[in-house]
Amino acid sequence: MAKKRILIAKPGLDGHDRGAKYVARALKDAGYEVIYTGIRQTPEAIVSTAIQEDVDFIGLSLLSGAHNELFPRVVELLDNKGAEDIIVFGGGVIPIDDFDYLKSKGVKAIFTPGAQIKDIIDFIELQN
Amino acid sequence: MINCCIRKIFPEIENLSNGLIKGDTRSIAKALSVVENCRDKGELLINRIFLETGKSSVWGVTGPPGSGKSSLVDKLIEKERSLSRKVAVIAVDPTSPFSGGALLGDRLRMQSHATDPGVFIRSMASRGRLGGLSNASFDAVKIFDAAGFNTVIIETVGVGQSEIEIVELSDLVILVLAPGMGDDIQAMKAGIMEIGDIFVVNKKDKDGAEKMKTEIEYALSLKEGHHKGDRSNVVMTSAKSGEGTDMLHREICDQVKLSSSSGGLRERKLRNTKKEIERIFNMKISELFYEKGVMSSKIEQAAVEIQNKSMSPYEFVGKEISLFKGANK
Ligand SMILES: Nc1nc2c(ncn2[C@@H]2O[C@H](COP(=O)(O)OP(=O)(O)OP(=O)(O)O)[C@@H](O)[C@H]2O)c(=O)[nH]1
Ligand SMILES: [Mg+2]
Repeated sequence: MAKKRILIAKPGLDGHDRGAKYVARALKDAGYEVIYTGIRQTPEAIVSTAIQEDVDFIGLSLLSGAHNELFPRVVELLDNKGAEDIIVFGGGVIPIDDFDYLKSKGVKAIFTPGAQIKDIIDFIELQN
Repeated sequence: MINCCIRKIFPEIENLSNGLIKGDTRSIAKALSVVENCRDKGELLINRIFLETGKSSVWGVTGPPGSGKSSLVDKLIEKERSLSRKVAVIAVDPTSPFSGGALLGDRLRMQSHATDPGVFIRSMASRGRLGGLSNASFDAVKIFDAAGFNTVIIETVGVGQSEIEIVELSDLVILVLAPGMGDDIQAMKAGIMEIGDIFVVNKKDKDGAEKMKTEIEYALSLKEGHHKGDRSNVVMTSAKSGEGTDMLHREICDQVKLSSSSGGLRERKLRNTKKEIERIFNMKISELFYEKGVMSSKIEQAAVEIQNKSMSPYEFVGKEISLFKGANK
């Protein structure tokens, strides 16, 4: 039986991985196979990892404010590699004003620190 | 013959096979998912690529949790790459028996190689098999082998069944220990000392490393077949600073060379193949019996009868096997 696989990755320069680790663990407890790659990952490394690991989702976590560059860059690199079927979502400190822009760039959902794990799981289960 | 059929029924398998044999990353990744998720297709895929296998050097890396296996694998990848060898890593982590999920964190320590096209790292959950390697890990080795990787490294935590299975999967086992792990080592000594071809005391920067090396060498000297003056195969490393990792890599390469020329490697591969056949047999036989869930309801009923002393457990199993034989005449 296929298990959903999720890459939780932290692009950018901030070293705060508590949120990302928390989400990774919670998704494991929800029955998913979660790959966690740690802080300061380049979009190139994230995409290459996602393809090798054949994940269904990439969850990007970012607190440093560079989300408007880094999140779309990940989506773009996936497209370039013919891996546009991998679904990208984001989390972290992201102003509501940026949501529309990110979604227009192919980021499927954004979860701010107030979001519940259940919201993320519901989102994952809705995709097919 | 068989290939024609596959071509008709599963063009997907044919495409994946052709792609992975050429070394195409996406095909390799998808093929790995096929052997993990779909046994029937997985078998066809392995049959299809089987001729291309048998070239890789396969190293098993095991040891207690946190001893530094992933950090050392990271260094070994570096050494192999400096010799222009292509490296694949299969990093196995346990599936949670409660949720069925898994947190696969080994590759965290190997991310410096994430964008190197000569390195392919795949994390795998052990899935159904508590403490064991997943069935798929045996097939994954074949996929990487057929895809042209010179070296395939399998990392697994040394607990339970995986300890024995890593031997059955690899040409050589590197057992990674570290000081400061308390009585664990003492308890493990008996069984685990049997499986290592190379012993590593990692975290040599920590107190107790030297003492641990002495202890291991002593334990090894008591092993059957040990001769006084045999070369020590205990290596001290610090995966953190890189100290000793050159020596570890050299020791691995020396042993690989030695066992290829002495015929030891051929013998081991033959032994492992026998084990593999047994493993597949066992899997298929139990599948035959447990098919369609009929057996589990029978077992439930029989348990009550056995408790009531209407029959013994041997009588029940004997009856079921006779029935099975009768049905398959
Ligand atoms: N001091 C010291 N720490 C080390 C050394 N090698 C690894 N570590 C640390 O030990 C911890 C575990 O390292 P890993 O490489 O993840 O160990 P592992 O055996 O793969 O762990 P599991 O896969 O979880 O069983 C990490 O915090 C490493 O930084 C070393 O040589 N010296
Ligand atoms: Mg590890």
